[in-house]
Amino acid sequence: MPVLARTLEAAGLSTVLVTNMPFWAERVGVPRTLALEFPFGHLLGQPHDAVQQLRVIDQALEVLETAQAPGAIVHSPEIWPVPRKEAMEDWQPQEPSPVMEVLAPRVLEMMRQSRRRQKPGF
Amino acid sequence: MPVDSFKFLPRIIAAFYQMTDRQPELPIPWIRLPRPLAECKFGLVTSRGLYHQGVEPPFDLERERQEPTWGDPTYRTLPADIRQAEVGASHLHINTRDVLEDVDILLPIHRFQELAAGGRVGGLASRAYSFMGYQGYPADTSAWQEIYGPRVAAELAAEGVDCVLLTTA
Repeated sequence: MPVLARTLEAAGLSTVLVTNMPFWAERVGVPRTLALEFPFGHLLGQPHDAVQQLRVIDQALEVLETAQAPGAIVHSPEIWPVPRKEAMEDWQPQEPSPVMEVLAPRVLEMMRQSRRRQKPGF
Repeated sequence: MPVDSFKFLPRIIAAFYQMTDRQPELPIPWIRLPRPLAECKFGLVTSRGLYHQGVEPPFDLERERQEPTWGDPTYRTLPADIRQAEVGASHLHINTRDVLEDVDILLPIHRFQELAAGGRVGGLASRAYSFMGYQGYPADTSAWQEIYGPRVAAELAAEGVDCVLLTTA
């Protein structure tokens, strides 16, 4: 998605990206970002909570109005009202995505290698 | 407090993201806001795999199941007067329950209609756009950059859209 923000901006539109992963916005170089600590799939808030949704949208519009330079990232003070563990279970699919079968063994191997590198004396 | 990008991610995915190499830095595109927001027409874009049920096909999840390192790069459109019951969602990486209850948590069509009616923004495009965020492993966003992104931008520009609000999945 950060890539699409760049692509649309490059095509002549003023964009603002609302994301819970400013990590990628910063790495990819998104023109304007509102970062929120909200779970995946719920970037503007909870279902049927129009007040919360409007508050977030208003913050995004403010980023659009006030950002002065490319790469602006504003961190929202909004707090997700559901405890972390529950929120994490809520957003995940009922069965792991197909790529996990490919990805999991590779990531575990990368983690092992990185631990090995960090061990003193080796 | 800065937002913690990894707060809601399982440990294995967080570790994977943090271990990926940094790409060389490219210049960031920048289009100055052309006019006050109250005069700007908005487009809405999400990467959550939403589609207009019965009008457009879902995203190609069957191919992704057969070929897990591939993700559908195409997009779908949702008319601004879509009813909630007509919203479909195809995504194998995120639970679809909540967005099928309220599309505005990702594609705020109704909130923007209210904002336009109240004069905070100038207007809303006749159609909202949805991509399917997962672009394979390793991620290949070239079709987004070269084909589908420019196509959406051209459709929005043809409607007189100035600004776009995007939400990630």
